[in-house]
Amino acid sequence: MKKKVLTVDDSRTIRNMLLVTLNNAGFETFQAEDGVEGLEVLEGANPDVIVTDINMPRLDGFGFIEGVRRNEKYRAVPILVLTTESDAEKKNRARQAGATGWIVKPFDPAKLIDAIERVTA
Amino acid sequence: MDMNEIKEIFFQECEEQLAELESGLLKLNDGDRDPETVNAVFRAVHSIKGGAGAFGLDDLVAFAHVFETTLDCVRSNKLEPNQDVLKVMLKSADVLADLTNAARDGGYVDESRSRALVKELEALANGEVPVASAEAPKAQPKPAVAAPTDDSGFQPIPFNFDGFDEDETPADAGQVYEISFKPRRDLYSKGNEAALLLRDLSRIGEMSINCDLESLPDLDKLDPEESYVSWMISLRTTRSEDEIRAVFEFAEWDCDLEVRAAEASPSGEELPMVPVPFDLSILNDDASAEAPAPSPTRDAAETPAAAAETATEASKMAAAAARVERKESAAATAAAAAASNTAAAAAGQTIRVDLDRVDRLINLVGELVINQAMLSQSVIENDTTGTSSINMGLEELQQLTREIQDSVMAIRAQPVKPVFQRMSRIVREVADMVGKSIRLVTEGENTEVDKTVIDKLAEPLTHMIRNAVDHGIETPEKREAAGKDPEGTIKLTAKHRSGRIVIELVDDGAGINRERVRQKAIDNDLIAADANLTDEEIDNLIFAPGFSTADKISDISGRGVGMDVVKRSIQALGGRISISSRPGQGSTFTMSLPLTLAVLDGMVVTVAGQTLVVPLTAIVETLQPEAAAVHSFGANQRLISIRNSFCPLVDVGRILNFRSTQANPVEGVALLVESEGGGQRALMVDAIQGQRQVVIKSLEANYTHVPGIAAATILGDGRVALILDVDAVVAASRGQSLKPEMSLAATG
Repeated sequence: MKKKVLTVDDSRTIRNMLLVTLNNAGFETFQAEDGVEGLEVLEGANPDVIVTDINMPRLDGFGFIEGVRRNEKYRAVPILVLTTESDAEKKNRARQAGATGWIVKPFDPAKLIDAIERVTA
Repeated sequence: MDMNEIKEIFFQECEEQLAELESGLLKLNDGDRDPETVNAVFRAVHSIKGGAGAFGLDDLVAFAHVFETTLDCVRSNKLEPNQDVLKVMLKSADVLADLTNAARDGGYVDESRSRALVKELEALANGEVPVASAEAPKAQPKPAVAAPTDDSGFQPIPFNFDGFDEDETPADAGQVYEISFKPRRDLYSKGNEAALLLRDLSRIGEMSINCDLESLPDLDKLDPEESYVSWMISLRTTRSEDEIRAVFEFAEWDCDLEVRAAEASPSGEELPMVPVPFDLSILNDDASAEAPAPSPTRDAAETPAAAAETATEASKMAAAAARVERKESAAATAAAAAASNTAAAAAGQTIRVDLDRVDRLINLVGELVINQAMLSQSVIENDTTGTSSINMGLEELQQLTREIQDSVMAIRAQPVKPVFQRMSRIVREVADMVGKSIRLVTEGENTEVDKTVIDKLAEPLTHMIRNAVDHGIETPEKREAAGKDPEGTIKLTAKHRSGRIVIELVDDGAGINRERVRQKAIDNDLIAADANLTDEEIDNLIFAPGFSTADKISDISGRGVGMDVVKRSIQALGGRISISSRPGQGSTFTMSLPLTLAVLDGMVVTVAGQTLVVPLTAIVETLQPEAAAVHSFGANQRLISIRNSFCPLVDVGRILNFRSTQANPVEGVALLVESEGGGQRALMVDAIQGQRQVVIKSLEANYTHVPGIAAATILGDGRVALILDVDAVVAASRGQSLKPEMSLAATG
C-alpha cells in the first residue's frame, strides 16, 4: 500500500514541487492551499504523514497543526513543518502546536523524503 | 510536469506576489495597520524566497531574506512602519521585482542600488533610523546579505543519511557511545515514535539496547497516554556525537537524552548492561515493499528480543491513546471548519485559463453572432409579416447571443489595478531622480477592461506619468513659493462611462505654459506666427508630432518619444485623449478607451455602392447638408457651415478612390466626426443603412494593411464590410494622401 502524504502550502511553486517529488518517490499525495483547506482535505485523505508550511493565509501552519492535534482521529499523525525560518522561536511554536519535525527550506527533494521516512514506519 | 514548468509557475507566482507586496505596502503607506495586511506583505516576500531557494536563485534569496527579516520586525511590532520605513520597503519591492526579472530572463539589476537597500533594510531591522538613500555605499566585493545572526543562538542541525544503504560499518572500527533515552509524554503526543527513533539510531552503527520498564504501573493504573518506558543504548559507530544527537533532532525537547562516549573498549561485551539486539522487522512488515527508503532489512535478520517487543507495546499504547474519544473538541473543529467554509466562499473562486482558449471562444461567439444575424435576415426576407413562430424564436436567439457575447467578453475583462500599481513605482523612481516629492493617488483600480487594452495601456500611461512628474509637478521650492503643498499629487482614476473606460490623469502642478507652447509651435513650424488659437487648441498642440517643450530632452521623459506617440497608441486602441489645463493649478489628461477590441458599435453606411462601417465613437452628429450651407473653397475644397462655423467636407468615396469625381453633397449625408487635434470634419457618405454592433475581423491577419481602413466585419447578409479608419481618412483629406498603390480601387 502506498503511503499517503497530505501537503499544505500556499505557494503554487512549492505545491508543484512537493507533488512531483512525492509522486516520484512513490507516495500518494493530497494537497491543500492553506490551513483551512488542509483541515477539510484531512478527512478524506486519511494521511500517514502531513507536510505543512507555516506562513499561510486564512489559517497558518500553527493553527493547522493545532487543528489536526485536536481531531481525535488524526492527532497521532506525524506532522512535518516546511519552513525557511531557521529560528528557534518559530520551531518552538510549531512544536508547541504539536509538530513532529521540520524540514528547513530551500526545498530539497532528498531532505524531504528522508524526513518523511524518519517519522513514518 | 518537469522542473522547467514548475519554474515557469514560480515566476508567474512571483508576479502575483510582487503585486500583492506592492499593494500591501501602499496600504500601509496610507495608514492601514491591519495585521493581515502586514502578514500578506510578509508572506509575499517569504513565498518568493522559498521558491527562489528551491531553484538556487541565490541573489534573489539573499535579498528576499534581508527584506523578510525587516518585515518580520514590522510584523512583531518591533518596527513602526512609518513613511520613512515604507519608502525603503517600496524601493526594496522594486529591487525584488528587478531581481526576479533578472532571474527569469537576465534583466538589468542595479547592483549598487540593491546593496544600498540591503544596508538600509539591515539598519531598520537593527532598530536604526533610516538614512537618506543618497549615501549609497561604495561598491563592495559581495553583498553582505548572509543570514543575520539569530538572537536565540539556534543553529539548524543538518542531518545526513549518507551511507545508509551501504552495508558496511566495520565492526572493529568506531567509538562506543552510551545513550540514555527517556521519552516524555509529549514526544508521543506530537506524533513522534520512540521505536522509529531507535530504528534510525540502529542505522548509523551497531547497537544493543536495554529497556527499562521500572516505572511501568499495573494495567489498572496505566494511563495510556503517559510515557513509562525508557532505554539504555550502547551504539558502536564511526559517527560523531552530534550526528547521534541529530537522530533525536525532532524529539530532543520531549525527552531526556544523554549521549556520552564510553571508555575506549575493544568490544561491546564489556558494557555494564546486558546487550539486547534490537529488532526492526516489526516496523517494516508492510512498508518495505512500497517504501522508497533504503530497505532496512539487514537489521531484520537478527533475533527478536523481548525488549523490542516491549518497545512496540509502548508505541501501541501511544497509538491507542490517540483513539480516546474527545467529542467536545471534535464538535469545535467541525464548527471551525463550517465557519471557514463560508469565508472561503466569500473570497471568490477563480480558475486559471489559457488565454488562447478564451480567444478561441470569443472568436467562435463572434461567428455565432454573425451567423445569427444572417439567419434573422433571411427569415425576415421570407416572412414579411414578422409574426411566425420562427421569427419569435429568432428574437429570443438574438437576445441570448448578445448575452453570451457579453459574458464571454467579461472573461477577458480584467481590473486595471496591475497597470496602476506599476505607475506608483514609476512615480517613486522618477520623483527620486528629479528631486521632487510626489504622491500618487489611484482610484477605481478595480474598473475592468479587456486584457488587450490593459496590456497596451501600460506604455502610453507610463510615458504620461513620467511627463507629469518631470514637467507637470514643480520642484518643492517652487511649490512652496507658490503657496502650495511642497508634496505634489498625481491622481490616476479609472471609471466606466457610457460603454467605455475613461482614465484620467490629474496633476496639481503648474499647468501648461501656453506662451511657451505657442512659441515652441511657431518655432517648429507647427502653426503660423499669427495663428489665432483658443486655449484648448494651444493645449492640444503638445500632442502634435515633433513637439517637445523641455528645452533639453531629459533622461526621464525624453527618450525620443513625445506626447504624439502617446496619442497615437491611444488611438490605435480605438481611444481618444485630450488635455485641459489651468495655469498654476495643474493639468488633466483624459483618455477614453473602448472596453473591448473584439466588437464595435458602428454606423453602417453606403459609399459608391460599397458598404462601410464608421465607428460610432468617432461620430459627433449626422446631418443632411442643404445646398445653401455648402461653400466651395479653392479648386477642390468644400466647406459646410454648421451653426455659424465652417467645417471641411470630406468625400469618403473620393478619398478611398471609389470614384473619381466628388459626389454632390446635397444628395448624401454628412457625418460630423472628431479627429486628431480636436478638429472636426464632415465626412460625406451616400446613405446611412443603420447602426449595429459588429464583430471586428482584422484585415492585417487575413489580408494586409489597407490605408484608410481599420478592419473588416461580416454583415448579416454575409457580405464583408470594411470599417473606416476615420483619422486616416481625415489626415488624407489634409493632403497627406493614402498611398495610391494601396488604394481600394483594386478591391472595390
